[in-house]
Amino acid sequence: MTVLVVQLLTGIAGASALFLVAAGLTVIFGVTRVVNFSHGSLTMLGAYVAWSVVTRLPHTPAGFALGVILAALALAVLGAGLEVVLLRRLYRAPELLQLLATFGVVLIVQDTTQAIWGAEDLPLARPHWMRSFVAIGTERFPFYDLVLIAAGPLVLGALWLLLHRTRFGTLVRAATQDRDMVAALGVDQRVLFTAVFALGAGLAGLGGALALPDGSANLQIDLSVITDAFVVVVVGGLGSLPGAYLASLLIGVLQALGILLIPKLTLVIAFAVMAAVLVLRPQGLLGGTASTPRESAAPPLVRPAAPVLRAAGLALLAALIAAPLVVGPFALTVLGEALTALLFAASLHFMMGPGGMPSFGHAAWFGLGAYGAALAVHALAWPLPAALVAAPLVAGAAALAFGGFVVRLSGVYLAMLTLAFAQIVWAVALQWSDLTGGDDGILGLWPRGILARPHAFYWLTLGVAVAATLLLRRALYAPFGYALRGARDSTLRAEAIGLPTARLRLVAFAIAGAAAGLSGGLSAFAKGSVFPTYVAIGRSVDALLMVLLGGVQTMTGPIVGALAYTGLYDTLLLVTSAWRLVLGLAVVALVLAFPQGIAGAAQRLWRGRMA
Amino acid sequence: MTVLAAEGLRRSFAGVAAVRGVSFAVAAGEMLALIGPNGAGKSTCFNMLSGQLRPDGGRVRLDGRDITGLAPRRIWRLGVGRTFQITATFASMTVRENVQMALLSHRHDIWRMWCAARTRHVAAAMALLDPLGLAAQADVAAGVLAYGDLKRLELAMALANEPRLLLMDEPTAGMAPAERSALMRLVRAHAAVRGIAVLFTEHDMDIVFGTADRILVLHQGSVIATGDGAAIRADARVREVYLGSGETSGGH
Amino acid sequence: MSLTRRSLLAATATATALAVPAIGRAAGAAIRIGEINSYTAVPAFTLPYRNGWQLAVAEINAAGGVLGRPIEVISRDDAGKPADAIRLGGELLNEQKVDLLAGGFLSNVGLALSDFARQNRILYVAGEPLADALVWEKGNRFCFRLRPSTYMQAAMLVPEAAKLGVKRWATVAPNYEYGTSSVRWFRQLLAAAQPGVEFVAEQWPALGKIDAGATAAALAEAKPDAIFNVTFGGDLTSFVRQGNTRGLFEKRSVVSVLTGEPEYLDPLGEEAPEGWIVTGYPVTSDTAPDNARFVAAYKGKFNELPKMGSVVGYTLIHAIAAGITKAGDTATDAMIDRGFPGTSFPSPFGAAMWRALDHQSTLGTFVGRTALRDGRGTMVDWHYVSGADALPPDAQVRTMRPA
Repeated sequence: MTVLVVQLLTGIAGASALFLVAAGLTVIFGVTRVVNFSHGSLTMLGAYVAWSVVTRLPHTPAGFALGVILAALALAVLGAGLEVVLLRRLYRAPELLQLLATFGVVLIVQDTTQAIWGAEDLPLARPHWMRSFVAIGTERFPFYDLVLIAAGPLVLGALWLLLHRTRFGTLVRAATQDRDMVAALGVDQRVLFTAVFALGAGLAGLGGALALPDGSANLQIDLSVITDAFVVVVVGGLGSLPGAYLASLLIGVLQALGILLIPKLTLVIAFAVMAAVLVLRPQGLLGGTASTPRESAAPPLVRPAAPVLRAAGLALLAALIAAPLVVGPFALTVLGEALTALLFAASLHFMMGPGGMPSFGHAAWFGLGAYGAALAVHALAWPLPAALVAAPLVAGAAALAFGGFVVRLSGVYLAMLTLAFAQIVWAVALQWSDLTGGDDGILGLWPRGILARPHAFYWLTLGVAVAATLLLRRALYAPFGYALRGARDSTLRAEAIGLPTARLRLVAFAIAGAAAGLSGGLSAFAKGSVFPTYVAIGRSVDALLMVLLGGVQTMTGPIVGALAYTGLYDTLLLVTSAWRLVLGLAVVALVLAFPQGIAGAAQRLWRGRMA
Repeated sequence: MTVLAAEGLRRSFAGVAAVRGVSFAVAAGEMLALIGPNGAGKSTCFNMLSGQLRPDGGRVRLDGRDITGLAPRRIWRLGVGRTFQITATFASMTVRENVQMALLSHRHDIWRMWCAARTRHVAAAMALLDPLGLAAQADVAAGVLAYGDLKRLELAMALANEPRLLLMDEPTAGMAPAERSALMRLVRAHAAVRGIAVLFTEHDMDIVFGTADRILVLHQGSVIATGDGAAIRADARVREVYLGSGETSGGH
Repeated sequence: MSLTRRSLLAATATATALAVPAIGRAAGAAIRIGEINSYTAVPAFTLPYRNGWQLAVAEINAAGGVLGRPIEVISRDDAGKPADAIRLGGELLNEQKVDLLAGGFLSNVGLALSDFARQNRILYVAGEPLADALVWEKGNRFCFRLRPSTYMQAAMLVPEAAKLGVKRWATVAPNYEYGTSSVRWFRQLLAAAQPGVEFVAEQWPALGKIDAGATAAALAEAKPDAIFNVTFGGDLTSFVRQGNTRGLFEKRSVVSVLTGEPEYLDPLGEEAPEGWIVTGYPVTSDTAPDNARFVAAYKGKFNELPKMGSVVGYTLIHAIAAGITKAGDTATDAMIDRGFPGTSFPSPFGAAMWRALDHQSTLGTFVGRTALRDGRGTMVDWHYVSGADALPPDAQVRTMRPA
């Protein structure tokens, strides 16, 4: 019995730590609609700054508290700077573009932090009071966990007072409901947003600093924190602070109790909770009805490719066909990878652009295709072509089965549910070792016979990737694609003219899954192996980056984005050890220069000239 | 011949009755106006007829067939076209493509994944746009149209369905007065030639009295009067409701 | 002049003297080693490793190179992803025309490179990856591995664990292949060494996301006599802190893989546990004369103490040099068939060799107990265990390795 009490309290302490990080994220999203991917980086910086400050102060509770507050303030200033320098310029860009920009920030912060504080973990020396405990029955419970348990509700309460008892809070709440109203009240939106960002970043810093005594300042904090924070925010309901606290409690306590019963479940508990909540309550626990989406320019018309663009495409295709005659085997590998990435990006664009369904978990289908093809060869001894057929079928069938839950949602909720599914697939790939080889993956999938020749496999990749991408494109120009786009533009109107919007979206989701699966299958044979990293979050992020970089609302966006991103990444990895910093700066620069994506910018330029 | 029949429709929101037992019928070729002060239950009525809202009680019949609680897209398939009080069109498509979209749906073409959508039903789309004066704007993005033009576009999309019944929620809101009567004359002509039953709500009383064959007055969720223009004008309760609530005829 | 370098010089001199005049080839084309590691993904481990191989390259080239040729390392960052490692392997092979591949930290990157090497018929010498499969279930003739594997680490700890004579064990390991196979081997070997042991609880925290308080409490609840730990890095720091506060380690023995390595012990700071039985590297202890020289040279060059990764990086290059020297040629088949198998090489831990049987090196590691000295964790009561003494019988190895 005591153990249950202790475990419950431990769960609540963990929940507080989760909430402190998630609170800032939800406040920022609620008001600005910015999906702040760099929130984990701010948390990490909070931990580092706190480490630097606290180690220089007296090792007393007061010294620690002062250090934590200073760290939070430092991060608030940094957050305000981030908003003024970067995000302010992006509010009118297509939704989720801030995700791309803040991903650039993540990369920059990673390299910068390492440069400032070094690669080694920095543990905070714990003075006696931090190590003390209280006795609960025969068990010891850390005193500092009690501090955390108190910190969560205290911060929640302070935020409540701030939001309900101050003019700033009134404005924030109003903006969370309806941004235009705030503008109508004559409030300078820019100042409000900067202040909100400072608040959110300060909370991130606070969370990072308060977690320090339980571990260390280290370079893994950013990515390990960000997914959990998103899960909490979504489960709680976007923009809802009490919801975030409730979600933290739910996840923290279930995690603490869950590992008593099924220790192996650690990889999926949070995501399983999120999936369950979203299936039952599409708006999260305390989320209101979806407030009006952030206003952005109406999506542009979709025109057939201009003759000059068509000619350029054909020339590119001819060059790609002739490539093996000109370039060496390494360049051929890189081209093959770029083509695989192109199909992967095109598949995400299919559902995300015209389909209006953003995904944070597109790697699920890529990975299922890769594992499907790998197992077809490995376990069933199928020949490569048959395995390549199996890849999209496996991924497409899974997408069809799962899509029913997804297509009922929209926006970030939808994207997060796909992430939940991807994480579950990832956990299965990692844990079902007998089938998947676990972390060691499945090896020895290299093409045999004539396809073992680099030229032959390259041409196969080229043929499959280009054909599949063109088929996707064709479908988008066909009545199906128009109907899909109609369902995105106005579900109300689409239903009123007889369009089965849910079914259209489901079919689009399955097609996108199948195409991603095909890309995964190609990748399995190009690399000769599959690993759980194929389903990992990083792979999903890659797809998002390519689509957003190219321009989600253009038809050539995924093509341009995939080529630009893989080219940039592959090159930087070869030429500089600071590739993250350079890539991050490049992403930020591209986002600022081309908020509509590279293809979107080119299109505007082109149409401007024609007009 | 009765096309649409509402029988005792009821609906409440959070315990507050918005529509309480409304019954009426619209015949083929007839134009029936649904009027009433704000909050009388017009839009709720409309949304129950077109499937956006499920009634708490009562029946909706189309050509005698019970369509109560059917989804909007099924109701469209049975030959109903509708326009919205706040227009809803496809912003990323041109005016013509919006109508083509409705035609594609009407003709069961939407699952095709090979042929180019832009080239399908072009003539039919233009034939619908032309009489509404939208032919010149066929290649303009719907997202940038003026509000009145959007209303006309919605009408074109509704007519693409070759409807038996047309449901129009404030079809002329946002238009210049001259345009309003022109548009309604056009609807009238369509209704007469093709035998379409038309049910519409309207704030502009000139339009209502000038166009409708029959008028149905709602007040606090109940029908308080039905009849032709003259009968309604003469109805004491109607006068009381409109004067009492401070509403006047004319636009807003 | 170190013993290491003198013996190496001698070997090099002999080889070159037999082939061509030393002067003529000393300035000849460099022997190119394509090196891949997760420099940005796990910098705390790979940066000391890089220092290590840089030191070895400098030493070897200062002494006249290998076969009279200088060695050159072309280094790449795999970003922690096997797919990137494979692409970079192709770049090194086809563009940089390297003579062999080396490196790797993560097991899956090592396995991917090993499979790539087999497919492209090029030698791959793995430094840090621990996966047993690398030389056993998925072993192939093109792949050699330097460090003691997961199995070997467990096998080195089991005799000490058995000596404790306790019955009830609990395990805590990261929830992926490395963790599961560590626990599997430990259980299997301990059960064989000490019949009647019971494993009463297991915890599988997610890598990098340990819920340390709950994990510690769940372990305590099972009331084990001893705990076998496989967590490392940030997870280990959190686990140790929660365990310390909650008294999890009081009156309990802990056997812990790799925790004695400075990479993992240093970040524990003044909370480094005392008395844990660990594998690791007592850097500044008087382990062997070679080590003292290595530490001095390393400190001289980088102004910091080496870590385990430094030893691996340093030894990796020397072990490759030994293999090439023996082969007398950088042709892949020559290196694989004549050069590496059976060849001994110097290391800070003393000489070790490449086994012909499974291409595992016999480089060992230290087993000892953790202790606190001047507010820092260190290893005491250590003894060196050669890799040769921590491997299963040859017959068993043969059954695990594909024909």
